[in-house]
Amino acid sequence: MATSSVPHFQEELEQLKARLLEMGGLAEDRVRSAVKALVDRDASLVDAVLAGDQPINQLHIEIDGRCFRMLALHQPMAVDLRAIMSAVKINTDLERVGDLAINIAEAVLRYLGHALVKELIDIPRMSDIAQAMLRDALDAYVRRDMMLAQAVLDQDDTLDALKTEVFRELLTYMLRDAQTIEPALDLILISRHLERIGDHATNIAEDVIFMVSARDVRHHASDLK
Amino acid sequence: MVPDMRAALAARAEGRMGGARGNGTAGSTDKIIVRDLNFYYGTKRALENINVTIPARRVTAFIGPSGCGKSTFLRTLNRMNDIITGSRVEGEIRIDGRDIYDRGTDVVALRRRVGMVFQKSNPFPKSIFENIAYGLRLNGMAGSRSELAGRVEQSLEAAAIWDEVKDRLHESALALSGGQQQRLCIARALAIAPEVLLMDEPASALDPIATQRIEELIYQLKANYTIVIVTHNMQQAARVSDNTAFFWLGRLVEFGPTDRIFTNPAEKLTEDYVTGRFG
Repeated sequence: MATSSVPHFQEELEQLKARLLEMGGLAEDRVRSAVKALVDRDASLVDAVLAGDQPINQLHIEIDGRCFRMLALHQPMAVDLRAIMSAVKINTDLERVGDLAINIAEAVLRYLGHALVKELIDIPRMSDIAQAMLRDALDAYVRRDMMLAQAVLDQDDTLDALKTEVFRELLTYMLRDAQTIEPALDLILISRHLERIGDHATNIAEDVIFMVSARDVRHHASDLK
Repeated sequence: MVPDMRAALAARAEGRMGGARGNGTAGSTDKIIVRDLNFYYGTKRALENINVTIPARRVTAFIGPSGCGKSTFLRTLNRMNDIITGSRVEGEIRIDGRDIYDRGTDVVALRRRVGMVFQKSNPFPKSIFENIAYGLRLNGMAGSRSELAGRVEQSLEAAAIWDEVKDRLHESALALSGGQQQRLCIARALAIAPEVLLMDEPASALDPIATQRIEELIYQLKANYTIVIVTHNMQQAARVSDNTAFFWLGRLVEFGPTDRIFTNPAEKLTEDYVTGRFG
């Protein structure tokens, strides 16, 4: 088919990738700021996160529009078709990450109104891992790198384990001192949001594997057949 | 075709077409303005009340089922229909503000400004070089021997075929492949520096790779030329054009930015056509 491989389609595809990267960068920044607000007990960082949703939402709409137009006008085939399909899904995942950053920021704001429950160790680690997963998943998309995508998938278990660890630990605080229940619940929520960000990075990595190899690895798809 | 569709179309044709201009033409000036155009083959009206504005330096695609009038309309734009006996034109077509159907119009000069490329490539049975040089000489644009050679090279470059033919300029044009012949014809049209390039199904006789090269060429040429292309291939229109006009039964049903025509057409007829429900 002489459809989608014309150079100007490839140019549009490059632009699309650049926009997705930009959106990923914004989402990652906001997760970082929200967690930094928590660690540094700095409420002013929270405001920036809450106010910064607009650019991500704009990109969300713009990227969908680009994908829609490219599908309609170029009827891409094979890897080009999968690249657009993946972009649509990645776009949704990134927008959700932006929303989760807001949820984290809101929980941080509540948390900062209470006395310190404990020194934070696992949550900053979770944040670092989630951000790295997001970054690697997007790098994998741009470079069509299946190995890197697989590495992202492998990281998800670490994040899940940390979330369980955070929950167990905070549970003991709550059982000991009812005053800690409210702030500890917010910390549990934050760890839950970070774990969800890892899930979105995982989705992106799965989309990358689909884009590159046309292999569906979601829900252990090979076991479902 | 369905009679009530036709009636509904007739009822709405007038008002809507006034709104057709200006869409998707941001940053471009109007090149061709068509007002109330009717075209007759004898007593049969082949084009009915066409109103459209074609922007400069953009690609405008005409789509529609066979016999819808799109090729007829294309040929009115450089008066190629004049030679058909019994044909008649009403209304006006202005290019850069001048009505090309005015009594005083020099038709030869018009066709120099408004070049044409046909479905079947039709190189002269001469050398590659002569195919280009011929029009230049005929139009007094040959200049010195080296100027002529320079213009031939430029034209072949512009049509993205120079690299393939530069070492065989004096071989017969008929020895080229179909896709190369078509690009040669485009080079020939470009040689005499037209402002508008009309293309009537320029890739329909070509294989996918040659088609892709022509499409890419069209995409590049729009930087310097106003291009109007008739195509049976909707996907081709979607890929190469900035604006698309959908014709049906001699009428212009809808004209607008290509991305809108293919994602959210205003008219049900257009929607039915682009989704393959008829045609």
